[in-house]
Amino acid sequence: MAEETHDAQGAHITPVRVYLLNYGALLVLLALTYGAYVINLGVLSNLVALAIAVVKALLVLLFFMGLRYTSRLVWLWAGAGFMMLVILFTTVTDFITRDWIRIGGW
Amino acid sequence: MTTISRRDHHDPDAHPDSKGAHSPFLEHHFENIAQQNESNLVLMWTFLATEVMFFGALFLAYTVYRSSNPGVFRAAHHSLDVWAGTLNTFILLTSSLFMALGVRAAQLQNRRAETLWIAATILLAFGFLCVKGYEYHHKWVEHLVPGPTFQFQQEGAAVPGTPNNLRTGGPDFTDRVQMFFVLYFIMTGLHGIHVIVGILVMAALIYVRWRRKNEEQHFMPIEMTGLYWHFVDLVWIFLYPLFYLIPR
Repeated sequence: MAEETHDAQGAHITPVRVYLLNYGALLVLLALTYGAYVINLGVLSNLVALAIAVVKALLVLLFFMGLRYTSRLVWLWAGAGFMMLVILFTTVTDFITRDWIRIGGW
Repeated sequence: MTTISRRDHHDPDAHPDSKGAHSPFLEHHFENIAQQNESNLVLMWTFLATEVMFFGALFLAYTVYRSSNPGVFRAAHHSLDVWAGTLNTFILLTSSLFMALGVRAAQLQNRRAETLWIAATILLAFGFLCVKGYEYHHKWVEHLVPGPTFQFQQEGAAVPGTPNNLRTGGPDFTDRVQMFFVLYFIMTGLHGIHVIVGILVMAALIYVRWRRKNEEQHFMPIEMTGLYWHFVDLVWIFLYPLFYLIPR
């Protein structure tokens, strides 16, 4: 069976091989995540677990969700959602500064 | 002015008034099918951005409570079954693979393969819900559902890493550990609702498309559903380490 790279409408068709490799990588990362937990690197464990989760997320985003093969416009929209998440997380500055200056009654 | 049939409209040779060859799925407020597909993707990603904010706020709440109560969260997470979380992660990753293969089959107009792959995705999603249900039942039985029935075990034991070495059973400790379970149930519960909605949408989609299985059908609805499902997987990829794998 011939491997088609684009369908009748010009959309990219990802080869099965790419999907399987991606899946394999995700399973390896899952094993690493669990391994890091069992081995227990102390303070570093948090960073490692988060880093592995981010890599897993990127693999899902790029290959399963097809971001690697879509236009820049779609990248912009996908990125915008996550940029909003970054901005949301800057509000943590509210919480960590609560003890710094006591304002009467608050 | 003669009217031509819908079929002839797309056929450049059928009639002098036909519009020229273009995809039968093109909606005419778009210039071409590529632009239409791109617009549909932008639409879906806009929706996913709202979902990112939906879950993002809960992740932020988790961040605030865990960073201020590391020992408590560490003690509380031992009540969760790591094997269940790991199994669920494996189930969702596999379901994402199946969904991606279903989208690919839709692009190739292989109706049977598309239906089978998405049906397999639905089955795995049910499996995920079963494992979740088992976990929730366990929590209820062990009095770990927040509310009047909540009671954390290990009465009187000191919890290392907490300020003033909080002892379990005191009022402050119970509140703090209850926050872990509040966040656990709300975040995994919201995620579970997303899984249920995903199952309903996928089931409706393959039913409708199978009814017209001999016609050429546009792959974009499957692609967009796929994006939703991969997003559900994405959220779980972060939920899993944050709740099940809190390091010592």
